[in-house]
Amino acid sequence: MTERTDKTRATRRRFLAGAAGVAAAGVTAARADNAKSLAKNLPPNVADWSKSLGEGVGVRAYGTPSKFEKDVQRRTVGWLTATPESSVSFTPLHQLDGIITPNGLCFERHHGGIAEVDPNDYRLMLHGMVDKPLVFTLEDLKRLPRVNRVYFLECAANSGMEWRGAQLNGAQYTHGMVHCVQYTGVPLKLLLEQAGVKPNAKWLMVEGGDAAGMNRSLPLAKALDDCLIAYRMNGEMLRPEQGYPVRLVVPGWEGNLWIKWLRRIKVGDQPWYTREETSKYTDLLEDGKARQFTFVMDAKSVITSPSPQMPVHGKGFMVISGLAWSGRGKVSRVDVSLDGGRNWRTAKIDGPVFDKSCVRFYYEHEWTGEQLLLQSRAMDDSGYVQPSKDALRKIRGVNSIYHNNGIQTWAVKSDGEVENVEVG
Amino acid sequence: MSRSAKLALGCALLLSLAAPAFAQAKKETARQYGVGHAATPAQIAGWDIDVRADGQGLPPGKGSVKDGEKVYMDKCAACHGEFGESAGRWPQLAQGKGTLASHDPVKTVGSYYAHVSTVFDYVRRAMPFGDSQSLSNDELYAVVAYVLNLNDIVDDKFVLSKETWTKVKMPNEGGFFDDDREKTEKAFWNKNPCMKDCRGPVTITGRAGSLDVTPEDEKSKRRGVE
Repeated sequence: MTERTDKTRATRRRFLAGAAGVAAAGVTAARADNAKSLAKNLPPNVADWSKSLGEGVGVRAYGTPSKFEKDVQRRTVGWLTATPESSVSFTPLHQLDGIITPNGLCFERHHGGIAEVDPNDYRLMLHGMVDKPLVFTLEDLKRLPRVNRVYFLECAANSGMEWRGAQLNGAQYTHGMVHCVQYTGVPLKLLLEQAGVKPNAKWLMVEGGDAAGMNRSLPLAKALDDCLIAYRMNGEMLRPEQGYPVRLVVPGWEGNLWIKWLRRIKVGDQPWYTREETSKYTDLLEDGKARQFTFVMDAKSVITSPSPQMPVHGKGFMVISGLAWSGRGKVSRVDVSLDGGRNWRTAKIDGPVFDKSCVRFYYEHEWTGEQLLLQSRAMDDSGYVQPSKDALRKIRGVNSIYHNNGIQTWAVKSDGEVENVEVG
Repeated sequence: MSRSAKLALGCALLLSLAAPAFAQAKKETARQYGVGHAATPAQIAGWDIDVRADGQGLPPGKGSVKDGEKVYMDKCAACHGEFGESAGRWPQLAQGKGTLASHDPVKTVGSYYAHVSTVFDYVRRAMPFGDSQSLSNDELYAVVAYVLNLNDIVDDKFVLSKETWTKVKMPNEGGFFDDDREKTEKAFWNKNPCMKDCRGPVTITGRAGSLDVTPEDEKSKRRGVE
């Protein structure tokens, strides 16, 4: 989406909204309607599935979700980009719980489409300022010692459409360029040790094998710290759209660095200033100067339910649920506000809390139908507190595109509908 | 040195970004697994396409603005526009000077790029869109020269090569600085954020619904909070 974010001005959006609606209409038919029940399946009657045999084993050799879950999909915003080969699809955060994103729902961001790499023809080249330039096959990589780590991956442009105000009605669209996965891979440090890095080396150039040849400069210190050459996600081999068979994992840093279809690592003594780290993924400030190499993703959170795509059905008890993450360490706390940031209460974090990973938080509420202005605020173990959107804008203006980690506000109306709003 | 002292030293080196020293110290003890093969010079040459800001990696060859115009019209103009103004929603390559501090910044090669190498390296690996890595070295030099000319950075007679490389001055060369968030956004680190009566009355100042740009299918969703 980043190519065209400069075109996402309100007038243009209004103009294109009609076209986007038409393009997305096909998905509507597939949406399951859980509210509709058939009396013949309800007590005291005996349900259909209780009377006859179902499919046997092996019919679903690679299982897929229930046919009643067809609406749980990555979605796109048609007007964002010129072409689907260089575009983005969004994780349906509002339909997920826990911290792990299912592989098929992890958001996609490609610059030259999905490279379909034959694992037999896969090669990773490691050269430049090294003692021994090396080429690894996939089998080579799989022979080496490996580690398992859960990390979030967030595109630096996540929430990028929201700098100038509330734009998109759904956590999927405002925050869906993030996912959280357990990777299995070889520490990059181990590979570099096999080649022997020259003493004056300081940077790496990492490059993808796709038709965009995506390349970025990566500080050697980060590579030696915690980067992985990953080939599995959540146990199985990487999905093609996530870089099969091998991607780079750069914990806590912007997703653009996590090169997919990784084909080459070149060791050097200075950054390359590639297109993706100069003309893109630099943060333009109000005075016309831009920050570069803003690698770390700051602490951020979003309430995934309720949210515009996940309205509240009726008064009474409800669990407010959300996701939080930080590229600077572990999420240490999440606070929730029901009144637009006036008063805060600490939410409960449930499930594992890993370094540079997502955490799941819950806040219980007895809803009486009053308007709510829901917000969440993440803190991490570096002491960083997720700022308000206005606090961010005060420093950065509204032209940054990237690194918008401001606090999101959802307005819950008396009928339970939820809207993305700005508060002042 | 004790184990903990060594560990502390290792951490300190990492923090100070003194990675080479760390790598070197480790190199002596790092286990060699004997996995992987030596990369041959021929293998490296086939893939070694990156060009750095200082010109490292530039291939032999040259190209004029005039030759570049032909390449551009044949292979680039359909998306980027005859004058780099963009056709439809594809990236704009020219104009936009003086807009970076405005409400409507237009980022182009002329208005935003800090290095010629950025254009060269990118076109070499990713363009033409859908036919990557198909241009000859001379075509590459020529088309980059033409894009520079579209931005009034070089004149009509300019020939781009390894030799003329350093003569190109990018207008926004000084437009970038390294990440300074830990200094300029220091206020965001706060051990005790406000919990009660943190602000005055809250009003809604903007609504996504009034823009109405969210894909339509979301309007038929009817699932409640789980």
